[in-house]
Amino acid sequence: MNLCRVLGTVVATEKHPAFHARKILVVQPLDEKLSPIGTSFLAVDNTSSAGKGDVVLVLHEGNGARQVLGDKQAPIRNVVMGVVDRIDVGSR
Amino acid sequence: MYLGKVIGTVVCTKRVTGLEGARFLLVQPLDHHQKPVGPPEVAVDRASASPGTLVFLEGSREAALACDPWFVPVDSAIVGIVDEVDV
Repeated sequence: MNLCRVLGTVVATEKHPAFHARKILVVQPLDEKLSPIGTSFLAVDNTSSAGKGDVVLVLHEGNGARQVLGDKQAPIRNVVMGVVDRIDVGSR
Repeated sequence: MYLGKVIGTVVCTKRVTGLEGARFLLVQPLDHHQKPVGPPEVAVDRASASPGTLVFLEGSREAALACDPWFVPVDSAIVGIVDEVDV
């Protein structure tokens, strides 16, 4: 899993049935200082509370994604698993 | 999953078993500003897309799960047509 910021949403009417009634978010990967790194991508929201600007926890693994979505055949790999309240990065 | 724009079609007569009915499209992956990211790729169309359409794709193993039959050698599939990106 990694940290991402929610940039917005994608609206799609014509889509694979596995995506029906699911919210698709545009997310930007972040480093430990919450600065953007790499390219944005899309993820399905499993928290139903992640909104634009939130820092979220995103899983990038299909088996785990299918497990939490309860669909053994879902062609979905990126799922938002949590909304991050705070991260503490220690300096030792 | 990522955004992409369909930029063309791919005609491919001789193909492996399992991909007989598959429709191949050439897609340019995009970021959230709809700027091109990386090289174009060939994706199986599972959402009846056409050239010029903004779509979203699934990659890796999950792309094959979008296909019917699903146990096929596919690493990129168009799984939806984007109406709007609100960022």
